[in-house]
Amino acid sequence: MSEHHDHHDHDHPHATLPDATERLTYYQAMEVAVRELLVEKGILTADEVRRQIEDMDGRNAGLGAKMVARAWVDSQYKQRMLTDGNSAAEEVGLDHGAYTLVVVENTPAAHNVIVCTLCSCYPRWLLGLPPDWYKSRNYRSRVVREPRAVLREFGLELPDSVTVRVHDSTADMRYLVLPLRPAGTESWSEDRLAALATRDSMIGVALAATPEPD
Amino acid sequence: MGGQPAGPVQPTEHAYALWEKRVDALLVLLSRKDRRLMTVDELRRNIESLGPEAYDKMTYYERWIHSISQTLIQRGVLSIDELGRRMADVEARHEKGEL
Amino acid sequence: MQVRRAYPPGHLRTPWYVRGHAGVIERLCGAYPNPEELAYARSGLPAQPLYRVRFLQRDVWGEYSGRPDDTVDIEIYQHWLEPAGGSTA
Repeated sequence: MSEHHDHHDHDHPHATLPDATERLTYYQAMEVAVRELLVEKGILTADEVRRQIEDMDGRNAGLGAKMVARAWVDSQYKQRMLTDGNSAAEEVGLDHGAYTLVVVENTPAAHNVIVCTLCSCYPRWLLGLPPDWYKSRNYRSRVVREPRAVLREFGLELPDSVTVRVHDSTADMRYLVLPLRPAGTESWSEDRLAALATRDSMIGVALAATPEPD
Repeated sequence: MGGQPAGPVQPTEHAYALWEKRVDALLVLLSRKDRRLMTVDELRRNIESLGPEAYDKMTYYERWIHSISQTLIQRGVLSIDELGRRMADVEARHEKGEL
Repeated sequence: MQVRRAYPPGHLRTPWYVRGHAGVIERLCGAYPNPEELAYARSGLPAQPLYRVRFLQRDVWGEYSGRPDDTVDIEIYQHWLEPAGGSTA
């Protein structure tokens, strides 16, 4: 079953049969061994593993963007989202995360940015798996201590008039930034707005995307 | 590691390999409330115990599968012996092109 | 409130950089199993109150260069909090 699964993701099933020259690393062998043993012991099934991978593959920042776009057009929804993030997710047809979602709102006077200094806590059910840099030692070490410098490395220069609020997501809450709605989008539909709510803007290392002129 | 000196943030990302996604899935499935065979705190503790040098040499999901296997051994779900034998078997099957 | 300046052996959720620093409680998050017990495969029960605490960056880091009202928010378990000016600071 696992063999079948291995080939599932590739375009050319025969070309990807791992041959003896393709290196299997120590930790890759460990993964196969742990998974096989857990399946044999009846602790989990190969099908569950496959479904879990498919579920995560289907998740990306487009989910979080639905909430952001709704909040941009509906101020009452925005208030509910800031009070109870998980219920607000359900309201736009998303599933309720396993963790409590805290949405933090950017304003002209305050900018929020998310990190997990202990590992890589991330609202993955709304944004997909985190990017490598979010999990990197450099980001995790520095964004709590010199957020403005790190944001500058991402191309985001914040004016001195803006307060920076860092959220170290180390425990039982998960955080999502509600970015500022870009100017010039007053007449835009929710769907169109959602395309501006990028993953990085919901982590807080960027602003929402700049709209193309009409 | 919050606040420790470190270099510039490289905005890197890569498409996760299937084996990495499987490691991720194993942790999610083992942590689920109906199983409760692992917690994020055990994941972190067993990663911390690697020490800084090993930590830096290993990739993210290498640290995770190390930690998952250690947790399962500590909890008595797997034994060191069966895991070691199975890994040898996996490597042998891979050599023969059977994996 | 302030975070205890303590360094017990073992795995902890309280980041080292806020230990010994004073902040204000932003909200009560609820009660959750004690992660220091969960790290060793125990139940962590009874659940412990978890607070979200807001610290001024300039209080946490000696030489912080941003605005004086820049903040960092972290969730801290009740047993890591003590009244500001407490004995271990």
